[in-house]
Amino acid sequence: MEKPVLRIDHLTVRYGKTCGYCRNGGKLNKNTCPHCKTVWACNDVNVSLYEGEILGIVGESGSGKSTLMKSLYFDFGITEGRGYLKDFHDGEEDIFSQSLQQKKYIKNHIMGMVYQNPVLGLRMDYSSAGNIAEKLIAAGNRNFRKMNERVTELLDAMEILQSRKKEPPKNFSGGMQQRVQISKALANNPKILLLDEVTTGLDLSVQARVLELIRKIHQEFHISIMLVSHDLAVIRMLADRTIVMLDGKIIEQGLTDQILDDPQQPYTQQLVHSLL
Amino acid sequence: MEKILEIKGLSKEFYLHEQQRKIKSCRDISFSLNKGGFIGIVGASGAGKSTVLRCIYRTYLATAGSVIYDSLSYGKLDLVKAEERQIIHLRKVEIGYVSQFLTILPRTTAKQHVINGALDAGFSYEESVKKAEEMLRYFRLSENLWDIYPNTFSGGEKLRLNLAHAMVKAPRLLLLDEPTASLDNDTKLLVKELLMKLKAEGTSMIGIFHDLEFMEGLCDHVYNISQGSFRPEQEVS
Repeated sequence: MEKPVLRIDHLTVRYGKTCGYCRNGGKLNKNTCPHCKTVWACNDVNVSLYEGEILGIVGESGSGKSTLMKSLYFDFGITEGRGYLKDFHDGEEDIFSQSLQQKKYIKNHIMGMVYQNPVLGLRMDYSSAGNIAEKLIAAGNRNFRKMNERVTELLDAMEILQSRKKEPPKNFSGGMQQRVQISKALANNPKILLLDEVTTGLDLSVQARVLELIRKIHQEFHISIMLVSHDLAVIRMLADRTIVMLDGKIIEQGLTDQILDDPQQPYTQQLVHSLL
Repeated sequence: MEKILEIKGLSKEFYLHEQQRKIKSCRDISFSLNKGGFIGIVGASGAGKSTVLRCIYRTYLATAGSVIYDSLSYGKLDLVKAEERQIIHLRKVEIGYVSQFLTILPRTTAKQHVINGALDAGFSYEESVKKAEEMLRYFRLSENLWDIYPNTFSGGEKLRLNLAHAMVKAPRLLLLDEPTASLDNDTKLLVKELLMKLKAEGTSMIGIFHDLEFMEGLCDHVYNISQGSFRPEQEVS
């Protein structure tokens, strides 16, 4: 049996005190308890990501996609659940119950994250090279020459001119900022890349360039990718499997073309039929 | 004769939640494909031809029945119930699907598209480039088109690119979903010649075509599908 590189069991993120009604599985108003108003941002989510796979995540705004991604990257504390990484103690230890130091290790060595909003992933006043170097230093690198070589290599791969590596990302266009973010996320050769709406808000030609880079990264580094997107065409082109989220829960999952061409759930059918 | 695919009682119905109704697409389809064989499926539009092919490829979830595929990787496997990871693997290395439409990542050249197919199947980059060039030549796609984005290709060129992309993985089973629908006669003849060549080399194929003449000498069996089911008396040999 193939072991996933990442396995999440029963992940729940909720905001509020909860009551007997919602704790016992009472019907929620979307993701909110009608009695105690607790918000169940992620509700009993189970996900497996396999080696070299691209897993697409789709769903409407507020369905819990970004909460799931940010929880995995330890940006949000979770309420319940467990997570296992194949490259962390051979998948035997729960990552959510680790110390802050261990979580930092995971963020710096095993996972990379690219946010929809580059402000969350970059220091806008540092140089682009400095942003990437920060990630390298966090992983224990101290040799300036080696770090400089790695920065050059990454910026080249992301098609950012070397002449601009000393400029801060605030001077860059949205597409360039995303590419610097991707370089930073890839700095320490992570096994898993989390991409949260990376092409949203970019014009078509820049979007095409970012998609091409994602495909290239996936092929060259053979890393596993979790890709959140509103754009079903992007999901169709890149994802092997897709999960559909609604009101904090996974309501459907399957092969990407099956989800998009033969959706089973009412919401998924609605989503697919809304395609232009 | 050894069978590569055996389909028994395959049915597919779609349930549309918004309209709260079921649409029956194909019913109780049974047939088998010998290794190296070629089965053609004909029928009117909406008869359920593509549904059968998509159920085999698992783009559609079959409502009932089984699709037993004799795979190299897992032995005999029911594609209806196989795990998603197994289907992904089989699609990468054993089962190819070709339609008249080209789905390609933006800013990807024709050659890179075929290289990507080989990389997916697990070949190294150097091997993939070599195989892609071989395939593009095999399917007679002019060399000056290799480094061009295929959006501007003609229907015939797109189809040959699709075939090259599918065949670079050397699949054992090739599913052809109306690949010749929009082609002129000359291009159809070229495609027929290429499919004959693939068949002679041992690729097992199932194809949907509108043109009975096209299938002459190519298919071992032709089934006529009508209102979602095969009628034995309509089998054309």
